[in-house]
Amino acid sequence: MSFDFSSVFDQWPLFLHGALLTLELSVVATVAGFVIGTACALALRAGGVLGGICQVYVEAIRNTPLLVQIFLMYFGLASLGFHLSAFVVASLSLTVNVGAYTAEIMRAGLEATPAGQIEAGECLGLSHVQIYRHVLLLPAMERVYPSLASQFVLLMLASSVTSQISAEELTAAANYVQSATFRPFETFILLAALYVALSLVMRLGFAALAFVLFPRRRRLRMATA
Amino acid sequence: MSDTPIIELRDVQKSFGTLKVLDGVSFAVARGQVAVLIGRSGSGKSTALRCIDRLERIDAGEITVCGHRLADPKLELRALRQDVGIVFQSYNLFPHLTVEQNVTLAPMAVKRVPRAEARATARDVLARVGLADKAAAYPEQLSGGQQQRAAIARSLAMQPKVMLFDEVTSALDPELTAEVLRVLEQLAASGMTMVLVTHEMGFARRIADLLVFMHGGKVREMGPAGILSDPQTIELRQFVSHELAHAGQ
Amino acid sequence: MTLVPLGPNQIAFLLHGAVWTVVLSLIACLGGGALGMVVALCRVAPLRAVRAAAAVYIQAVQGTPPLVAMFLLYFGLPGLGLNVPSLLAASLALIVNVSAFLGEIWRGCIESVPRPQWEAAECLALSRTQRMLRVILPQAVRIAIPPTVGFSVQVIKNTSLASVVGFVELARAGQIVNNSVFQPFLIYLLIAAIYFAMCFPLSWLNRVLERRTGGWRRRPAALTAAIPVVSA
Ligand SMILES: Nc1ncnc2c1ncn2[C@@H]1O[C@H](COP(=O)(O)OP(=O)(O)OP(=O)(O)O)[C@@H](O)[C@H]1O
Ligand SMILES: [Mg+2]
Repeated sequence: MSFDFSSVFDQWPLFLHGALLTLELSVVATVAGFVIGTACALALRAGGVLGGICQVYVEAIRNTPLLVQIFLMYFGLASLGFHLSAFVVASLSLTVNVGAYTAEIMRAGLEATPAGQIEAGECLGLSHVQIYRHVLLLPAMERVYPSLASQFVLLMLASSVTSQISAEELTAAANYVQSATFRPFETFILLAALYVALSLVMRLGFAALAFVLFPRRRRLRMATA
Repeated sequence: MSDTPIIELRDVQKSFGTLKVLDGVSFAVARGQVAVLIGRSGSGKSTALRCIDRLERIDAGEITVCGHRLADPKLELRALRQDVGIVFQSYNLFPHLTVEQNVTLAPMAVKRVPRAEARATARDVLARVGLADKAAAYPEQLSGGQQQRAAIARSLAMQPKVMLFDEVTSALDPELTAEVLRVLEQLAASGMTMVLVTHEMGFARRIADLLVFMHGGKVREMGPAGILSDPQTIELRQFVSHELAHAGQ
Repeated sequence: MTLVPLGPNQIAFLLHGAVWTVVLSLIACLGGGALGMVVALCRVAPLRAVRAAAAVYIQAVQGTPPLVAMFLLYFGLPGLGLNVPSLLAASLALIVNVSAFLGEIWRGCIESVPRPQWEAAECLALSRTQRMLRVILPQAVRIAIPPTVGFSVQVIKNTSLASVVGFVELARAGQIVNNSVFQPFLIYLLIAAIYFAMCFPLSWLNRVLERRTGGWRRRPAALTAAIPVVSA
């Protein structure tokens, strides 16, 4: 048994291109999914018809596999006459998917807002928008930030599934490399290592973002250090 | 009573980070004696007690408990814990076990006492703390005072040579405090060697063979209960008058 | 486009696939649960090296998509002259994946048993094993039930990835039936509905249990970051 990583390493431009595309997909889906999910969480909190619709959306997505969601969007919609490119379907399905999880996480964060907080905001004469922003959303986000960050990292990893509709992200690139080099073991080991590295990079990124977003937490951490 | 102390602390030093909590603490407790640690909040009483059961390691000095030298690298920690029982302010009963199971767990698991014998012991110690009828209850079904007495019974069931108590009545209201203190007094009368931390000055005066007044990590005064009536240091004088003022509320 | 109706044969084939999805989920949960227990205990072991090794294992596995793990086992190992059947490859990949996630979830549960309980057990002279088995784990299990039920939903969904290495479970059965009737929208909607029927009761149960134990607000801090809501 002999390993030959060099012929696989030679294909680094393909890996790099794939990794960049994976990151691109992840960033698009994370940002769009966060917006959708937060809006949904607010709708869930408010209840009513809109809240009910959001509930159905969240449950439908959370209880079905991403792979099937992607197939439904790619092959299913095409059969109904909506032809979307693999990249569009990939970003769309990942966004819709992570939006549902974000909604669920943010809902939990909003639920944990102490009752007196909103009243305190009203008594200070804050506007509705100000209350939503300063009293509800930002503290909720701070509470659930670790869960959100984990979820977005998992989304990046899950994006590997889009290789199945030949989106050209990292896993698809690796599939191409292994068929060209006939070194499947080395290729997939390298692929796994790249995903581990990407998830570490994302975790660092989220930690840095938290540093900027939550000054209070920063000060607390320094005080305890 | 033998003269060799069963618990001995010699020049014990202990810091948490840069904070010096015990600064040269020495005292000795003979077999059957009751030592009471008093002092202001933060003076290091709990830390001293925890060091005796090796829940904290000391930085310097020496502690000997029932012949175990705590600094000895070959110290048999579990043997020490069999000889020493400790009860905390927050009872720390195991919530998933009934009172009886709490009491029989350690004798059966550690000493391999057969179940029937362990249950007989449990009946005995529970009766001693006045909880004979609560054996089948879960901790959350008991009042604070009952939970604390169950915790004492749990320690007693291991038949320790020494018992440590850290402010076991601080979380209780006066009525419940009284029932726990009665148990402690009976225990002392039965000849158990005890070290306890308490803020109940009347009780301390009644029960103590040895009073240890701690201040800023040091032992400032030490002696029979009588030292409370004639404090030699300004710190103890202030402490006593402060406690008296609060006892009269 | 001509619509070929789904015949009883095709329905039977899909249900057959659904049965394999259930079997694969059970394999992953039981195998992954057993291995996950070992991982969790290693994460709280007294030896620093053991804790570190378990942490590296968790980071590496959680950082690798389960799909890639399946590729590695199914397509990669033959490159080394080791042929692995698709069921075995899929099972192994899922077991390893589940073990890392459950290991981390359960570590959080173990560590969220209050500190004084550990000390009280120690003061009663219980050995390390006895403390774990008699005092800590029974309390940790109660904390662990809701998140474990929640995670089982992710396991069921992750079994769909086995279709990619050719194992005929529900998703693969759907693809195969679709190849003959060519009604992807209908077929994949149907497949999604079957997955939903399997997952939703567990999601619902998870929510009920979470609410009963006090939910997010009372969830110990050690757990909030450890509980993933895996999307795949
Ligand atoms: N684990 C620890 N880490 C850091 N500091 C500690 C720790 N335990 C105790 N301390 C500090 O050591 C000092 C003495 O604490 P200790 O608990 O021994 O006091 P005490 O005399 O029992 O007070 P109290 O009457 O309030 O119980 C305090 O300043 C406390 O903050
Ligand atoms: Mg104290």
